Amino acid sequence: MSAPQWNNKVVKWVDDRLPVISMLHHSAYEYPTPKNLSYMWNFGSLAGFVLVTMILSGIFLVMNYTPHTSMAFESVERIMRDVNYGWLIRYIHMNGASMFFIVVFLHMFRGLYYGSYKAPREMLWWIGILILLAMMATAFMGYVLPWGQMSFWGATVITNLFSAFPIIGDPLVTWLWGGFSVDNPTLNRFFSLHYLMPFVILGLVVLHVWALHSVRSNNPTGVEIKSPQDSIPFHPYYTIKDLYGLGVFLIFFSAFVFFAPDYLGHPDNYIPANPLVTPPHIVPEWYFLPFYAILRSIDFSLFGIPAKLLGVLAMFASIVILFVIPWLDTSKVRSSKFRPVYKWFFWLFVIDTFILGYCGAKAPDDYFLGIPGLKVIVMGQLSTLYYFAHFLVVMPLVGKMERTKPLPASISESVLKEGANA
Amino acid sequence: MRKFALTAIATAFAVTAFTGGTAKAAGDSPVPPAQEWSWQGLFGTYDRAQLQRGFQVFKNVCAGCHSLRFIAFRNLEGIGFNEDQIKAIAAEYDIEDGPNDDGDMFDRPGIAADYFPSPFPNEKAAAASNGGAIPPDLSLMNKARVNGPDYVFGLLTGYEDEAPEGFDLADGKYYNHYFPGHQIAMAPPLYDEAVEYTDGTPATVEQHARDITAFLNWTAQPELEERKALGMKVILFLIVLTAMLYAVKRKIWRDVEH
Repeated sequence: MSAPQWNNKVVKWVDDRLPVISMLHHSAYEYPTPKNLSYMWNFGSLAGFVLVTMILSGIFLVMNYTPHTSMAFESVERIMRDVNYGWLIRYIHMNGASMFFIVVFLHMFRGLYYGSYKAPREMLWWIGILILLAMMATAFMGYVLPWGQMSFWGATVITNLFSAFPIIGDPLVTWLWGGFSVDNPTLNRFFSLHYLMPFVILGLVVLHVWALHSVRSNNPTGVEIKSPQDSIPFHPYYTIKDLYGLGVFLIFFSAFVFFAPDYLGHPDNYIPANPLVTPPHIVPEWYFLPFYAILRSIDFSLFGIPAKLLGVLAMFASIVILFVIPWLDTSKVRSSKFRPVYKWFFWLFVIDTFILGYCGAKAPDDYFLGIPGLKVIVMGQLSTLYYFAHFLVVMPLVGKMERTKPLPASISESVLKEGANA
Repeated sequence: MRKFALTAIATAFAVTAFTGGTAKAAGDSPVPPAQEWSWQGLFGTYDRAQLQRGFQVFKNVCAGCHSLRFIAFRNLEGIGFNEDQIKAIAAEYDIEDGPNDDGDMFDRPGIAADYFPSPFPNEKAAAASNGGAIPPDLSLMNKARVNGPDYVFGLLTGYEDEAPEGFDLADGKYYNHYFPGHQIAMAPPLYDEAVEYTDGTPATVEQHARDITAFLNWTAQPELEERKALGMKVILFLIVLTAMLYAVKRKIWRDVEH
């Protein structure tokens, strides 16, 4: 832990006054990292990379964007056509949002599988959820900025959700809009907040990494680092591994940016916003679809709570519930590798989120995968039920009842064993 | 672990294919058959002769009712016209300019920097002249519809002389196989010999439709060729870089049991 002795005079002079170099050395160089991390541990640094990419491309977009209802759409087309490499910057930013969610969802599924939310990593997990919430707000507001049909109608539908709250609902929506409909004041404040939020995320990321470095990384065995043999310094081992992962990721990212830039978007957003024409299907971006499905699947009122409010509460609850899973999960074992029963439920949960995503994309009265008699709304309700049951029933019960496999004594022992089996 | 990683990555691919695909499949109109277009695939490019024929169709047929407000005459360089040709094309149009020193608006011949003028002064005028329906701007049409070019081609060739029996066709509407709801306010715009091609290409409805669709794909994605060419270089570079990073990673990790 002691600060290294710097030989370079300038470095030493700076470090004696502000130990920023020692801090970097400590957290990006010698940080003891479990030596058995799999490639599933690459997604955290990738998320950081995408955040920086989004901020940089966003700064350049803002130089050419006009946040006004009568000029926003045109200014985006100017970026696409007349700004040097404007199409590249915009397509990076547009697809970067999807990449951010792909990477973060994988990062979270990894945390769920290996029990990375359990003590002592609860704060680390909480900050991660806050980052997800901030990302969702940022992505939603960013999608409104091009002022296409989906921008306008998406903003209208989502902000209208707040009207479900009794008494304060309607005044709240008017306050959010800055008027009596989604209009120029709405666009202006969304632009302002869309520029602000990424820096809030950046701050949360600093806290996330800080928390990580004080409790150390989890690993595929879920067994803590016990001796120096269990860990290796972050540099060069994980810097190079992260760089390799970054290369693979950039190929994936570039395939979208250069060869299918509009694949993940909705064609309606290339039609300028028109408050007088409602698109036949208002669909959010893919990363919101599971949550949208949960919202829509509540089409009944309960205990006197109207369906709409219940749907909104369920949608928010689907994320808020993640805050309490460190206590809902009663198992003493972190990693699902050693949990023969829970492991299956984990994959069921993953499939469940995909089914929810599918249901969110379809009209409620469509048939699920074309199966006659099975409506999307019903399938959405069943998947919503499992989504919550997974956390509220499966996690506490399986944790108590399951007979887990024996844990390795240490990370190095598990590594040696696997090496011998291979 | 490796299995987990592979499953997770496969899942990431699946989610993009899955949700992207389903979001686009929404809608109850028939899916237009997929056509072959010159710009498809990794190496596809525009056919300049086809774009110029399409421009001819736009100018002589579509421009009567449809605007093309994101395209300036100078942009026509992208479909293979030279500076003099562009100046000549621009000069065929009257552009409203002003106010002059007397405070009056005046018309002058177009220059390369001008945008294509809209056929109607405003949306109300457009609707009034077209039975209440506003002819949409065509600049982004191929990006603004599900199945873009296939839809535009399908729509232009999808008119039926008569609505099927039992279909209640409103007055002044036309039956189109691919238009959502089948009732479209636009009369069949294309007919054989609608435009006389100078390069000897047969002037059939289908050919006109193909050419105008190609032209509109260019107006929607003028950057397409530059984008793909750059993409090739970027991805080839990344493959080499990633392979080298992998080699370095292997070397660094060689002596670590993990």
